[in-house]
Amino acid sequence: MDWIHVVLVALVLSNLLALGSSRIGVCIRVVALQGWLLGALTMLVHAEHLTVRLGLLAVANVVVKGAVIPWLLGRAVREAEVRREVEPFVGYTLSLLFGLSALVGFRWLGSRLEVAGPEASRFALPVAFFTIYVGSFLIITRRKAVSQVIGYLVMENGIGVVGVALVGGVTMLVELGMLLDVFVAVFVMGIAICHINREFDHIDADRLNLLKG
Amino acid sequence: MAAAWLNMAIALVLAPLLVGIIQRTKALVAGRTGAPLLQPYHDLAKLLRKGAVYSRTTTWVFRAGPVVGLASVLSALVLLPFGSAPALLSFEGDLVLLAYLLGLMRFFTVVAALDTGSSFEGMGASREVQFAALAEPALFLGLATLARQTGSLSLSGIFASVSGDGWLHAGPALALVAVALGIVFLAENCRIPFDDPATHLELTMIHEVMVLDHGGPDLAFILYGASLKLWILGALLVGLVLPVRTGHAGADNAVTLAGMFALAVGVGLVESMMARLRLLRVPQLLVGAAVLSAFAFVLILG
Repeated sequence: MDWIHVVLVALVLSNLLALGSSRIGVCIRVVALQGWLLGALTMLVHAEHLTVRLGLLAVANVVVKGAVIPWLLGRAVREAEVRREVEPFVGYTLSLLFGLSALVGFRWLGSRLEVAGPEASRFALPVAFFTIYVGSFLIITRRKAVSQVIGYLVMENGIGVVGVALVGGVTMLVELGMLLDVFVAVFVMGIAICHINREFDHIDADRLNLLKG
Repeated sequence: MAAAWLNMAIALVLAPLLVGIIQRTKALVAGRTGAPLLQPYHDLAKLLRKGAVYSRTTTWVFRAGPVVGLASVLSALVLLPFGSAPALLSFEGDLVLLAYLLGLMRFFTVVAALDTGSSFEGMGASREVQFAALAEPALFLGLATLARQTGSLSLSGIFASVSGDGWLHAGPALALVAVALGIVFLAENCRIPFDDPATHLELTMIHEVMVLDHGGPDLAFILYGASLKLWILGALLVGLVLPVRTGHAGADNAVTLAGMFALAVGVGLVESMMARLRLLRVPQLLVGAAVLSAFAFVLILG
């Protein structure tokens, strides 16, 4: 059994779940799951020559993306008292169909690209593209600020998959820097959500357009 | 060939028992004793002894509905492989025929329901067709994935080549197809979470409302046809999930039969634990099943 393949399939399924679910709690859990999957992917891809550096990196990934950030988001959601995304710009069923067609497209693209990398990357590249696509789709089509933060995180995970599966070894400093960036970004967005919520009693980002003079 | 005839006989005799097992499981989980396992057989016998009453507004279409329905599901049964034995009749592409024989059964149920002129039955017919249209892509993409994976276009060929090896080789894709087929199985047989077979609230039911005006032998035909349909779709699912090949035909059959009964118990448990979905959510779940099937197909293409 090819476990890398299984992890990648699980990643795609988690993306589809994020596209089709209206509950923000589910989306937060999806992001947490993706953090764990990314950690597992790092371990699996380098299973043969696992170093302390890579192990630490995987653990740091899991701790930050799989535990700390979901906890922060959960707090923000509780304080803003939003449970569901109401009326996204594109409905859930249509989002799923968009996701499916993108998946087919990226699969085709992946079969056309010559990838210079480990063999595992043949399926990893379409999955990475798909994850980035789903992230940007969530940012564009959802109204609530929390959902947009979730979209940002999903996109970041997609970039992470590219890094793990294709590049193989980014230096530890760069990886840790990226993790820190994401952490700080989510922190700042959490504060921003709190402020929007306190000021306007809701976190519908599209209604901020009304502020224009 | 003898094994295929035997399997056909098993299906014809044991199909109502599945319904009995589901009902008994639900009763036991709810803390009741429940009806005996053979209750569906008693119901069928009782209905067959009765006469039928036909409304003056109905035409021959109404009378043809149950008969054509039972005939098409019986023909579909001929194409169904069971255990390690092939079907009685198999040819390239018979999976399309199987799906459309079930479609023909549904079409005549729907037309018979519309023929009564009752608004409730019309509502049920509309819902049935809407959900069936969404369940069909999931079923076909799932079967296409299996056909592609096993390199065979006939159901007997597909289910002869699905094996433990296939699961090791393409496990994720087969698992996705199994989930999609499971959802189709529940939706097509009008079980919870798609439809509640026990409800008699006209505004929410789907299948039951379409057969309200049938009585006596007609209703018996419909009930028996529904249990055969349950058997057919269940056998597809069990054949995929439990590809046991011991080399001994009897043992394979016993395992598959045990799988069918386990599936019935599983359906009973699902029905005890879940509530019916809101009607608006049903299409979403069915599209989800189709997306899973399509994803499995994409996986298998690589």
